[in-house]
Amino acid sequence: MRDEIRKTVSELSVAMSEKTAGRELKFMEVCGTHTVSIFRFGLRSLFPEGLEMLSGPGCPVCVTPAGEIDAFLEIAAKGNVTAATFGDLMRVPGSSRSLISVRGEGADVKVVYSPAEALTFAEESPDREIVFFGVGFETTIPSVAATVAQAKRLGLDNFSVFVSHRLVPPALRALLSDGEVKIDGLLCPGHVSAIIGSDAYRPFAEGMGVPCVIGGFEAVDIMKAVFGLAKQAVAGEARVENAYERAVTAKGNIRALEMIELVFEPCDAEWRGLGTIPGSGLKFRDEFAVYDAAVKFGVNPVNVPDPPGCRCGDILKGIASPEECPLFGETCTPLKPVGPCMVSSEGSCAAHYHYG
Amino acid sequence: MRKNEKNGIGKHVTLDHGSGGLASAELVREYFVKSFDNHVLSQLGDGAVFLLNGQERGRLAFSTDSYVVDPIFFPGGDIGCLAVHGTLNDLAMCGSVPVCLSIGVILEEGFPLDDLKRISESIAAASISAGVPIVTGDTKVVPKGKADRIFINTAGIGVVPGEIEMTPSAVRADDAIILSGSVGDHGVTILASREGMEIPDGIRSDTAPLHHLTKGLLEKFPGDVRIMRDPTRGGVATVLCEIAEASAVTLVIEEEKISVKRGVKVVCDLLGLDPLYLANEGKCIIFTDRSKAKEIVDFIRREPVGKDAEIIGHVESGHPGRVVLKTGVGGERLLRALSGEPLPRIC
Repeated sequence: MRDEIRKTVSELSVAMSEKTAGRELKFMEVCGTHTVSIFRFGLRSLFPEGLEMLSGPGCPVCVTPAGEIDAFLEIAAKGNVTAATFGDLMRVPGSSRSLISVRGEGADVKVVYSPAEALTFAEESPDREIVFFGVGFETTIPSVAATVAQAKRLGLDNFSVFVSHRLVPPALRALLSDGEVKIDGLLCPGHVSAIIGSDAYRPFAEGMGVPCVIGGFEAVDIMKAVFGLAKQAVAGEARVENAYERAVTAKGNIRALEMIELVFEPCDAEWRGLGTIPGSGLKFRDEFAVYDAAVKFGVNPVNVPDPPGCRCGDILKGIASPEECPLFGETCTPLKPVGPCMVSSEGSCAAHYHYG
Repeated sequence: MRKNEKNGIGKHVTLDHGSGGLASAELVREYFVKSFDNHVLSQLGDGAVFLLNGQERGRLAFSTDSYVVDPIFFPGGDIGCLAVHGTLNDLAMCGSVPVCLSIGVILEEGFPLDDLKRISESIAAASISAGVPIVTGDTKVVPKGKADRIFINTAGIGVVPGEIEMTPSAVRADDAIILSGSVGDHGVTILASREGMEIPDGIRSDTAPLHHLTKGLLEKFPGDVRIMRDPTRGGVATVLCEIAEASAVTLVIEEEKISVKRGVKVVCDLLGLDPLYLANEGKCIIFTDRSKAKEIVDFIRREPVGKDAEIIGHVESGHPGRVVLKTGVGGERLLRALSGEPLPRIC
């Protein structure tokens, strides 16, 4: 089985090189998990000469503005609050501190694997305020929505969510409309697409002439998807290709989408490095507003400028590589990150740093 | 390790400082080595090797380690036998034959005596089975809340025979790199136990003493073993990076030669962890002369602790400190040391 995979990967590598014949092509990996998988499998060493993979804004941790992190830290530091968060948010810096540093100072911060775990804390500790940091794209949002719906059914009043969710298609639209960004194809995120469906990318392929291929996360999946992009780019075509059919359908996961629709509605949102993107964030519908942690604790994110020298914004747009940032590897490292692209395990800077 | 890497020690000790990665190394350098500085300590080996009373032969190795593992009882072992094996293995990695151990125990007020009995019996059993006596000890009790149930320190003395010298400078181009068995078993057992997760496939901690193996190895192959390290906190990846840096060589590792049990892989995938960075407590990495590598692997495989030993890579001259991993699918990437606490990844 392993030998078959190696053989297929090698054949795809050769076929890709023959197809592109050294032509310069830039494809964007929208999703942070693709960035990490490509690095972890060592696939960059197998892509053809001239083919450049750019890491895009598909790392939810990376695009969370520093001001929102600061706001959550403010809540987490409160005496009777238990802050619950996904693991990769622990080291992300706000303007000066991170969750790991406030935990060191005595805050009760717990790493959870799902929002349902946070809800369980709320049920078990009625005297504590449990606040969940809602970060993530469409893959994560349905489970957060379902958890809030469950909290309402249970009548819990000591549970809330600090909403920092973001939506992928509006960000792609903003990126592709940006004059600075020049890409020849999008490697579309597998898990997000399982929720939103492959039709969600038709405006970018048919409307804006950018080839879109949805890929899975195994080595063969990724090689097939990138090969699909190469074929389209060389032929001058632009359509949506679903190379992850075992998980993704045209219309997506209807029930998950309905769950999101039940609890949240779209709003404008700021993306670190990309500015405000219309309709790209979520807020609670009125009937669930009581679960909004920002309102409950009276904490509002403040706009925080990017640290001087930090090129996270350009890196997220794919117009600079991590190595082109003056802070990379010297001032900004995984242990002492300046920007979140370094500390999130899916951030392009972290991936470049860890995997070379 | 990149030059000018600073871990930014703030005003408080964080869990990163205890993880065994770069942050721990920085803390040790800044707060301990600088104060206690001497040529033996500054080598920062797993144990300290020195001459006794100016003797030309018969050097001693001396090592200490503290154990604060949570949970204290876990599949495959407990804090007691872990404390014995850990120091025995540090002595073994220096090339020494362990002679005796000391033990210091700090107990939290209210710690159940039944649990204490269970742990002390485990310590005794591990010591007897290893053939290394505990010759001195100490116990303290602190008020409730001042310690987490039980903390154990062990220290040990070993004798380094003849001309044996385990040192990074002995590593040379073309040397083979051997790993004595599967990785991640202990790390996964602890992390899964902490999360209350069911551990699949009967995976358990691999805690075990390695000194019988290393003694036999050095007796049979004197001069062919360059350096040995047990990949505890920080895992195989961190140890390989440390050796590559200290020896100023490049290491080329074949990912598919590193054995990862299926159950370990399942838990790692679920928790977003990488087995190459998880702790092992009964495994060692051995650098050997290339021409003897096959014979040495066969020898290691005859010991129960080494039955899954494999040659996992080789040494090259070239970029000092670089560790190249050839992936299982035919690609290549670089391996880095663990920066801080291994935080599970979620998307």
